[in-house]
Amino acid sequence: MHAKKLIILSVLLALACIAFMTLGAKGSWSFLLVFRGTKLLALLLVSVAISVATLLFQTISGNRILTPSIMGFDALYLLVQTLLVFTLGGFTYVALDGQIKFLAEIGVMLLAAVLLFSTVMGKGRQDLHRMVLVGIIFGVLFRSLTGFLQRIIDPNDFAILQGASFAQFSSVDKDLLGLGILLVSACCLIIWRLRYTLDVIALGRSNAINLGVSYERLSFVVLVLVATLVSVSTALVGPVAFFGLLVTSLAHFIMNTHRHAILLPASMLIAALILVSGQTVFERILKSQSTLSVTVEFFGGLLFLLLLFRGKMR
Amino acid sequence: MKNIGVAIVALFALSCFSLFVGVKEIAISDWWQSPQNIDLFFISRIPRTLAVILTGASLAVSGAVMQMLARNSFVEPSSVGTAQSAALGILLVTLLYPGSPLIVKMIVASVTAMIGMAVFLAMISRLPVTSPLLVPLVGLIFSGIVEALTIFIAFQTEMLQFQGTWMSGEFSGILRGRYELLWLCGVLAILTYVVADQFTIIGMGKDASINLGLNYKQVVIVGLFILALSTSLVVVTVGMIPFVGLVVPNIARRLMGDNLRASLPWVAVLGALLVLMCDLIGRLVHFPYEIPVGTVLGVIGSFVFLYLLYARPAHAR
Amino acid sequence: MIEINGVSHNYGKSKILQNISLSIKESGITALIGPNGAGKSTLLSLMARLQPLQTGSIMFDGHSVSQTPTRELAKTLAILRQDNALSSRMSLRDLVGFGRYPHHKGRPTAKDHRAVEEALDYFDLQDMSGRFIDEVSGGQKQRALVAMAFCQETKYLLLDEPLNNLDMYYARSLMKRLREIADTGKRSFVIVLHDINYAGAYANEIIALKDGTLAIHGPPQDVLETNALQTLYSMKITVTQHQDQLVALHHL
Repeated sequence: MHAKKLIILSVLLALACIAFMTLGAKGSWSFLLVFRGTKLLALLLVSVAISVATLLFQTISGNRILTPSIMGFDALYLLVQTLLVFTLGGFTYVALDGQIKFLAEIGVMLLAAVLLFSTVMGKGRQDLHRMVLVGIIFGVLFRSLTGFLQRIIDPNDFAILQGASFAQFSSVDKDLLGLGILLVSACCLIIWRLRYTLDVIALGRSNAINLGVSYERLSFVVLVLVATLVSVSTALVGPVAFFGLLVTSLAHFIMNTHRHAILLPASMLIAALILVSGQTVFERILKSQSTLSVTVEFFGGLLFLLLLFRGKMR
Repeated sequence: MKNIGVAIVALFALSCFSLFVGVKEIAISDWWQSPQNIDLFFISRIPRTLAVILTGASLAVSGAVMQMLARNSFVEPSSVGTAQSAALGILLVTLLYPGSPLIVKMIVASVTAMIGMAVFLAMISRLPVTSPLLVPLVGLIFSGIVEALTIFIAFQTEMLQFQGTWMSGEFSGILRGRYELLWLCGVLAILTYVVADQFTIIGMGKDASINLGLNYKQVVIVGLFILALSTSLVVVTVGMIPFVGLVVPNIARRLMGDNLRASLPWVAVLGALLVLMCDLIGRLVHFPYEIPVGTVLGVIGSFVFLYLLYARPAHAR
Repeated sequence: MIEINGVSHNYGKSKILQNISLSIKESGITALIGPNGAGKSTLLSLMARLQPLQTGSIMFDGHSVSQTPTRELAKTLAILRQDNALSSRMSLRDLVGFGRYPHHKGRPTAKDHRAVEEALDYFDLQDMSGRFIDEVSGGQKQRALVAMAFCQETKYLLLDEPLNNLDMYYARSLMKRLREIADTGKRSFVIVLHDINYAGAYANEIIALKDGTLAIHGPPQDVLETNALQTLYSMKITVTQHQDQLVALHHL
């Protein structure tokens, strides 16, 4: 049953990819293949990063409504980026190799994320609402600090940072694609090996410990993985608030299971399907750039409210 | 009540200081001697300082009233979609009737703000009372949705830049002739003080209100009206400013309790002080450039709010 | 006089009250008893117009609760609710002071201040009148809420389990005070009580509800009777006599 659904999703995704590559194609194929191919690759990578990060985060925080973005992870990444420009100065920053910069950003991000969220989540575990609220306010704080620093930075340096307030799926940063693929694959490999342990972690702390899982260590590992994945997706396309929530909710709804071995591929496929087909529709058919993210946010927000009201907090 | 004099003196001193902060340096000793300086004072410096004070007081008072109406101390008009709804209203009226006068925009913004607030209150009335933190959560998400809708429309119609001016509050554009609407906010704040007792009773709950012979619905509608009007006034003239309405009433509550009759003067003065302070920080940190007051408050306000969230046990009030 | 005529009330399909008709005499204490879910609190909140009447009518001295302006009613009747989820942060004195609101509409006079001080004295709250309600114990908060309702100086006072959270000392002294006031003939109380012995000792009349219907309405000696109590609560209860007082041994 699950296998059948996964196959259907894969077929749909393949169709969407073909549509994305061929619709409205003009000019030489060798150019298009590379141009559209990299774009497609980036979309797929972002889908995998966001869906896996969200699913993992929901597993360790023990609920189906939180996502790393709601808790301010991607705002934190943007802050880290701005901080680096601020401390290094614009010229040094530009002079740095893009991939080294990226790795440095991820390093700082990991440190900050683990420090911040292990305290928030440790304290807030009993009180989910407070944890979410704290996360959202952290997001506001990070965004405001980013804005604040961007104003202080030299106007020249400022131009280096694109003050993106919402995701741009149509313009991805292609230089980071290679490194991104490497990082995401590494994360996915670790996670795939942990897939059965994750099922146990989803049962909650006391149950997991009772079943012999070293809970604290694993939730630390998962937090690190989540921070890495969010960094990659934010670096590539910018912040997305509710996309992950939309994807994992759909995955739970369609698959109707708690097993990570099924949920992980399912949510990856669903995320990719939404992004690729959405981008095809918006870019190729409607000819309107970057409104996909706003549309996704709008429906994601509505879904979040719906989940709140239907009491699916746990 | 006894120390409010001190707060007022502090506000006055800070206002005087604010008058002498600006790109053109004016010495305190001889500002009245050059007619240019006097002009500068009356055209720019004094209006700006007054606008800051009026905005701060109005935002804080609105927050206090909102918290009574929602019976939850973690809400304010700009965190539950009211200010966002007002911005949506302004955007719509600007799109549909580009040449309409400011007063028409005001009225439309108030109407949409009122609708937004009514939707929010209707939503939270269906939440269980046992989880007070769910209320601000729903509010934040709701305001996110309204904002996404506004951005979407603005994007499609290439109004993103206009829309940005209402989304982030800034006082740098305040000149004589561009802030006078804010005096209406002051009037509304005084009106709130006149009926302060009724809002306090509403804050005790519906049953207590009925028991004390209050027309619950009527008072709530009056409250909604005052809130919608003053929120959209601020959004139209200076833009959205976060956290003032959230943190100031909470601080005043700790000092004075929930009796609005006693605490409202404090709320107003502290609100004005906070915004004035943040405006000064924004003007001084990167002199001669300015950082919008909304950004400064976003940083300071979220710190204070995080403190408030953790300083008190799970019950929100 | 309170007249209740043909009052029924449903929540969805469940019938909470069925055709209740009774009249409560002026001055004195009327106790409302009955097992859990009998509809006592619903009846009380219908009487206090906290919920709209579905069928039937309730009149206080000939004034219908559904037609008289709520401001006027606030001077005739006051209610103390059982689940008082009061979350405002204010001092006990301010809280009690709001009981005077129906009289002064936000402009308290010397008379209002005097009434507040009297109520604080009367319920032993003077020492802690400056403390905030979220800083006092459950029993102290309960006494403050009783004082607030008392301060409203209405002819009728409806109390839903006022002894909640009170220790034995304050429970008895509250009942004694209510009895004193009732004996002056100026005010009447309708009190939901869980402890039938309190009802027996302090009430002039007892109204017993069961499954949303009126089971018994009469003087304490009619109700504190072994057979009546056993049918009412569906459990074995023995009633004995201690000096002149009937005592139900419901805890054995």
